[in-house]
Amino acid sequence: MSAVAVEATGVGRTFPGRSGTSVTALEGVDLTVAAGEFVSLIGPSGCGKSTLLRLVADLDRPTSGTLTVFGRSPEQARLAHDYGIAFQQAGLLPWRTVRANIELPLSMHGVGRTARRRRASDLLALVGLTDFAEHFPDQLSGGMQQRVAIARALAEEPSLLLMDEPFGALDEMTRERLQTELVRICAETRAAVVFVTHSIPEAVFLSDRVVVMSARPGRIRDVVDVSLGRGTDRDDDLRQDAAYFDAVTRVRAALHDEAGHAVRARGAEVR
Amino acid sequence: MSATTTRPAGTAATGTATGAPSMARDRAAGAGRGLRSVALALASVLLLAALWEGTKLLVPDDGWSVGEVRLLPRTTDLAMPHVSDMVARLVEPVTSARGAPALWEAVVLAAATSLRIAAVGWVIGVVVGFALALVMQRFRLAESAVLPLVILSQTVPLIALAPLVKGWGNKLELGSFVWEPWMSVAVIASYLAFFPVAVGALRGLQSPDAIHRELLRAYAAGWAQTLLRLRLPASVPHLLPALRLAAASAVIGTVVAEVSTGMPGGTGRMILEQANFASSDPAKPWAPIFGAVALGLVASGVVVLLGAGLRRYRRAEVAA
Repeated sequence: MSAVAVEATGVGRTFPGRSGTSVTALEGVDLTVAAGEFVSLIGPSGCGKSTLLRLVADLDRPTSGTLTVFGRSPEQARLAHDYGIAFQQAGLLPWRTVRANIELPLSMHGVGRTARRRRASDLLALVGLTDFAEHFPDQLSGGMQQRVAIARALAEEPSLLLMDEPFGALDEMTRERLQTELVRICAETRAAVVFVTHSIPEAVFLSDRVVVMSARPGRIRDVVDVSLGRGTDRDDDLRQDAAYFDAVTRVRAALHDEAGHAVRARGAEVR
Repeated sequence: MSATTTRPAGTAATGTATGAPSMARDRAAGAGRGLRSVALALASVLLLAALWEGTKLLVPDDGWSVGEVRLLPRTTDLAMPHVSDMVARLVEPVTSARGAPALWEAVVLAAATSLRIAAVGWVIGVVVGFALALVMQRFRLAESAVLPLVILSQTVPLIALAPLVKGWGNKLELGSFVWEPWMSVAVIASYLAFFPVAVGALRGLQSPDAIHRELLRAYAAGWAQTLLRLRLPASVPHLLPALRLAAASAVIGTVVAEVSTGMPGGTGRMILEQANFASSDPAKPWAPIFGAVALGLVASGVVVLLGAGLRRYRRAEVAA
C-alpha cells in the first residue's frame, strides 16, 4: 500500500448554475495526506471543504485535476472499501439496533455472522456503548448516536477515515469528550483522517495539520502545522497548553487575514 | 486504557431510562390503544344505529322536500326498516322453503366466496403494483412515462371493463386451462387494488434521505443491495397504508365485478338478487349489504395484522 492516503493535484469542482452561469466550489486544490496522518479542513461556509471530502469519498466527481486515494482513483477506492465515512448527522438506520447498525457495512461486504458479531462487540467497547448494543437509535442521545456512527465508520478497519463535521450538531461538553475519544481511537487504529470542521479549537486539538480554506472560489489558503504529539499525548490537559493556544492563534490568523472583513462577517466559528 | 470506562455516568443513566422498561411500556400502551379503538368502533356503530332510528322517529314518512328536491329520505318501514327488524331478519331462514339456511349463514357463505376472490385480486394487485413501483424507482424515465398511465387507469369505469375482461378470459386457451368466471372478477379486483400499492410503494422506495443513500454508496452498494438494505425497509411506513387501501379496493372491485360479470355465489350477486325483495321483505336486502361491509372490515383487519409484525420498521426517524 502506498504511503500516501490522499493525493490531490489541481482539483476543481464547478457546479453548473441556472442560465449558463456556473459556481466554482473548488479550484486548484493541491493536498497530500500521508498514511496515518490527521488532517483537518477548516474555513468559512461555502469554502468547499465538504465538497473536497465528497470528492475523496467518490460521492461527487472533480471537474478538473486529479485525485488519488491510496494510489487509485476515488471510485476504485470506494469499491474496494478503502475508507470509512461519518457525516454531521449520525445517519443510523432507525429499524436496526445499535449492533446491527455497526454491522451494516460488514454484512454488506459478506463478512460472516460470528466475525461480524465479534467485530461489533469490539467496536461497541471502543466507543463505550457495550450496554446499548440492543437499543434502537431513537433510544439514544445525539452524542451516543454519533459514537455509533463513528464505530460504524471504523467497522472495516479502514486506513482512511472521512469525517464531515461529525461533532457539529453536538453540545460543547459532548463534543470535547468525543474529540478526546477520537484522538485515542485514531492512535489505536492508525488510520489517516480527513476531518471537516468549523471549529478552530477542534481542528487544532485533533490534527497533525490544519488546512485553512477560503471561499468563492474554494481554495487552500494556508496549511498550519500543529504537531502537538500523537495519540495519548493529547488529553484534556492539552487544551490548557501554551503550544495549543499558539496553534489556535496561528490558525485563526490564517483564517482571518485572508479575505478580510467579508469572510469574518460570514463567520468561521471561532470558539 | 479501557474503553468502557470512558462512558460517562450521565449518558448511562439516560440510556437505562429509555431502555428496556420503555419497550414494556410501549407494549402496554399498544394494548391499551387496541382496546380503545375497538371500543370506539363499537360506539360508532351504536351511534349510527341511533342516528338511523332517530331519523325514522323525527322525519315524516314521506321524507322532507323543498320544492321538487327531497332533502331527507322517506322513512317508512319499507324504505328504512328498523334496526331490530334487520337484525332479526338475519337469523330467520333465507326463504320459506323447508331446510333453507338462516339468512346470516347465506350471507356469510357469499361473503366467504367474495373474500377468497378479493384475496386473489389483492395479491395480484400487490405484486403488479409493487413491480411497477420498482420499475418506476429504478428508471426515472419509466416514472414519467408510467405514472400518468397508472393514474389514468383508475378513470376507466369498472362497469366498462368487466365485459372486456370476461371476453378476453373466455378467448384464452392454454391446454387444459379453463378460464373461470371468478378469475375475471379477481382480475378486475386487482385492477383497483394495484393503484394504491403502486403509488404508495413508489413514495416509500423514494423516501430514504440523501445521507442514507450516500452512506450505502460509500459502502459500494449496487441497486439491489440498496433496495434490500435501505429502500425496502424505509418503504414500510408508506406501504402498510397502501396495502390496507388496496384491500378495501379489492373488496369493492370484487363486489362490483360480481354484479357486472354476473358471477353467482358472491356478495355482489346476492345484493342484486335480494334487492328484488325490497317491497315484500324490506329487511332482507340489507343483509348482504352488511355482509359487504363486514367483508371490507375483515380484509383491512387482516392487513393490519400483517403490519403488526413489521413494527420495528415504523420506528421514528432518529432525532440527533
